[in-house]
Amino acid sequence: MTPAISVTNLSKTYKSGFQALKNINLEIKQGEIFGLLGPNGAGKTTLISIICGIVTASSGTVLANGHDNVKEYRKTRSLIGLVPQELTTDAFETPWATVNFSRGLFGLPPNHAYVEKILKDLSLWDKKDQRIMTLSGGMKRRVLIAKALSHEPKILFLDEPTAGVDVELRRDMWALVRDLRKTGVTIILTTHYIDEAEEMADRIGVISKGELMLVEEKQALMAKLGKKQLTLELASKLKSIPRTLARHQLSLSKNGAELNYTYDSHANRTGITTLLADIKKAGIAFTDIETRESSLEDIFVSLVRAP
Amino acid sequence: MMNFNAIRSIYIFEMARAGRTLLQSIISPVISTSLYFVVFGAAIGSRIQEIDGVAYGAFIVPGLIMLSLLTQSIANASFGIYFPRFVGTIYELLSAPVSYVDLTIAYVGAAASKSIILGLIILATAAVFVPLEILHPFWMLGFLVLTAVTFSLLGFIIGIWADGFEKLQLIPLLIITPLTFLGGSFYSITMLPPVWQTISYFNPVVYLVSGFRWSFYGAADVSIGVSLLAILGFLAICLAVIAWIFKTGYRLKN
Repeated sequence: MTPAISVTNLSKTYKSGFQALKNINLEIKQGEIFGLLGPNGAGKTTLISIICGIVTASSGTVLANGHDNVKEYRKTRSLIGLVPQELTTDAFETPWATVNFSRGLFGLPPNHAYVEKILKDLSLWDKKDQRIMTLSGGMKRRVLIAKALSHEPKILFLDEPTAGVDVELRRDMWALVRDLRKTGVTIILTTHYIDEAEEMADRIGVISKGELMLVEEKQALMAKLGKKQLTLELASKLKSIPRTLARHQLSLSKNGAELNYTYDSHANRTGITTLLADIKKAGIAFTDIETRESSLEDIFVSLVRAP
Repeated sequence: MMNFNAIRSIYIFEMARAGRTLLQSIISPVISTSLYFVVFGAAIGSRIQEIDGVAYGAFIVPGLIMLSLLTQSIANASFGIYFPRFVGTIYELLSAPVSYVDLTIAYVGAAASKSIILGLIILATAAVFVPLEILHPFWMLGFLVLTAVTFSLLGFIIGIWADGFEKLQLIPLLIITPLTFLGGSFYSITMLPPVWQTISYFNPVVYLVSGFRWSFYGAADVSIGVSLLAILGFLAICLAVIAWIFKTGYRLKN
């Protein structure tokens, strides 16, 4: 199946000399929700802007459903909807006018019934004739989503959709994204909220300083994250792990003052009970016990901080 | 291939914007032009002798329409494209399946339509104050449309070039207004001393006003063919600049 988006050797250096993207290669599958995760200034928005045609790439190619986004820009741009990060709206327009405008701009004939449905789905219907400037930030965000959906895109980019958005709207947005996916729309969302990527995405890509550090299925990533570490603070230091405990895959740290055990928290049997029984049998005393979960945050931070 | 739905959407959007700002886009130019008619046409004009057999009040009508046409075409078109750049909504235009030709047709078309409507309204207003005759109505409309389109293109260029509201005002204020006032709107070039006549022929507005006035009264400072060539030449220059802007993505794309 042709990938929804296929990015090959994409680089971008701005006129200022700032290299925003360094040789990005990325494929986004049809119908998936892809989470692009990265700190501010990592290049997320630049990547999206190039795919959507707002920024010109320095080198590399972008295909959308197999069409080149420069040579066949009319085709690719018709396929793509973009919800930008900034709340840039026509302040003096009404939601009704601006959403109908967007639909026309993307080359489609007017369809008032469809626009009405979008506005109702986004709880904007009762505000359709108010000027956008009078709407709250969350409502403006909904207007931007409605504009992006107005031309029935097959691929939807959401650039930091929940930045500065309250909890309720965030839930609504997630529900909306799931509903859209059911209709076959491919969704790419950028975020710096890790829990959002965790909650929504099928696959996650981590981008930092213009480089794509990792692209992985969320399940695989979660399996890594599912690991927990049990740390026993020992009453007296151990020089080595006693042979009676060899089957438990333990490690010593802090010069033998701590004993570590890594286990899968999702497994039926974590092995903790037998481990503790064996430790007791070996006559090892401990003063404290601690368990720690390695989170996406840990992996993320270690990836992003790496030199 | 063109994106007609997009062109129509932008055109309607821009025309609706004029409807919202009716006061500044239609009423204020009409009021200011009416003041010119009252002062120059009625109050002072009655004491000025006829020029080329035309009463002074009627003589200034084509020039005054040109004055409004030039300034309003530039103002409309420059603001139309500058505003989305300023507030950031340009992202949608750049990510839409529209070509630069589509964009230019839509924005310049809307701006030109507005100033043509305005020009006709001023013409109607003038008819209230002074007796008017239009010898060549077809040529009159032709000059009106050509001038509106050309200067809307110029405004479009300024709107792309400007990176602040001051710059948006700069060219109209520093260049266009002096050129129109010195371009024979209120007088015939032949009334000037020879040196200033020669200098005036470097002012492109002279050709516009002269050609436009010829379509009213059949008398002109320069021949109608030269006027037509001048405006077509200026149109060609504007089109070339636009083509260069779009080819390079100048100020629109990083």
